[in-house]
Amino acid sequence: MSGLDNLYREVIMEHYKNPRNKGLIEDSKYKLFRIKNPSCGDDITIQTYAEDGIIKDCRQMGHGCSISMASASILTEIMVGKKVEEAKEIAETYLNMIANKEFNKDIDLEEATVFSGVKDFPARIKCASIAWVAFKDTLE
Amino acid sequence: MIKNIWSKDFPQIKGNNIYLDTAATSLKPKSVIEAINHYYGDLSSNIHRGMYEAAVESTQLYEETREVVAKFINARDDEVIYTRGTTSSLNLVAFSYGLDNLKVGDEIIVSELEHHSSLLPWQKIAEKTGAVLKFVALDKFGRITVDAFKKIISKKTKVVALTYVSNVMGYITPMKEIIEVAHKYNSVVVVDAAQAVQHLAIDVVDLDCDFLAFSGHKMLGPTGIGILYGKANLLNDMEPFEYGGDMNEDVGKETSTWKRGPQKFEAGTMPIASVLGLKESIKYIQKIGFKKIHDYITNLHRYTIEQFKIIDGLTLYNPLSDTGIISFNLENVPSHDAITYFAEKQIAIRAGQHCAKLICDWLGIYSCLRASIYIYNTKKEIDIFISVIKESIEYFNKLGF
Repeated sequence: MSGLDNLYREVIMEHYKNPRNKGLIEDSKYKLFRIKNPSCGDDITIQTYAEDGIIKDCRQMGHGCSISMASASILTEIMVGKKVEEAKEIAETYLNMIANKEFNKDIDLEEATVFSGVKDFPARIKCASIAWVAFKDTLE
Repeated sequence: MIKNIWSKDFPQIKGNNIYLDTAATSLKPKSVIEAINHYYGDLSSNIHRGMYEAAVESTQLYEETREVVAKFINARDDEVIYTRGTTSSLNLVAFSYGLDNLKVGDEIIVSELEHHSSLLPWQKIAEKTGAVLKFVALDKFGRITVDAFKKIISKKTKVVALTYVSNVMGYITPMKEIIEVAHKYNSVVVVDAAQAVQHLAIDVVDLDCDFLAFSGHKMLGPTGIGILYGKANLLNDMEPFEYGGDMNEDVGKETSTWKRGPQKFEAGTMPIASVLGLKESIKYIQKIGFKKIHDYITNLHRYTIEQFKIIDGLTLYNPLSDTGIISFNLENVPSHDAITYFAEKQIAIRAGQHCAKLICDWLGIYSCLRASIYIYNTKKEIDIFISVIKESIEYFNKLGF
């Protein structure tokens, strides 16, 4: 069952159990986007605060499976301090990687590379992408 | 390898795959597949139109199926409408009957056990007409009872839309008694029989239901075909739901008239191959007989539940299920994590809200796993399933869930 072990990497479990940047902030300078997946019950909200083209803060809230929760947690850690354009590029690259599509290997996905195993579980791609899609929408 | 006397008829059963997802869609026996192949391979012609041999045979088989369906549920031929599935059937009732017969202040009784297809059409109709949705209180196990129904029904109740068998909890609703009460209040009863029709002999005369809906694909038949039964007097007064070819009687520039009976509701080219396949699935079920089906599933279900009860780290939501539907979660493991493990072990079960979010809310859960047993499942398969559950609990524990 090596595939499963590759999916449930230690880093993922660590983020699932100790989620970073969890909880929303009531402040109109934050942009918020919420995505629900009615078939599985996942419900994730991402909040970002960008100023002068730089992401100053990124928050997450919701419930779902370990993959969706960990990917939200890792997302918020990676994105703080990034330029908005850079962040969009990282998100796009990540989404392509997990969906087993061509992706730009020159882009550093940092800790999010732990989700490379998702591509072998097509039914879980949605789990790993939901927070990242919501994140992209907060930047629109 | 792990087969019983029926599983050999299902070509989908092969290798080490274990199929425990009949509540989502059943497997299809060879006879159903052959009927579909016969249509596409030999006939492939439209119905009610052509005079050539293939067209005549297609029409004949199509209408013969209606008789088979009618006999199957003890209805009249002109009370059996072909639809795309239960969802289409229930939408047809809501929009053709509900929209024209409900007004502000009328009440529609539903329950938290409803599949979204038995809830959302009525939610929409309530919104459009100003009628009010009322929910019959479930008992502590999540069941609909006659007592609770008596408490909620009133003179304002015009429609009762309830599930016959819950697709999450597997309970059989005491439908006959409920219908008897509902009729004393002159309300019309719509039965969602999607999960009932493969388990119980249904007699619409004995039940006295006004509408009853089910799908082919959950009863060993093809996808894309469903049935709506409706009492003839109600169907006659209803407007068509879809307009187009084959459903009209006379077409003019300004106004047109419609065919009578079921054809009024069958606009356009219907899924003919699926209709032909449905006939074979009904014949297959009839050949076995409901008593045998019920006994087999009850025994296997009981066997499964006894083992479920002694597994640590598992929550079972419906130990009293009346059918083969088992809903559960591994403790502290989100259902979509758990299901990946079962998929890796080639066991087909389902995770999520099962298109019935209100019962998940009622249970206080975001989602759950569901296994559903049917005639082609075996004790040996259940043994493997149970040992994989135990393994999975250990696996996820080790990961730190």
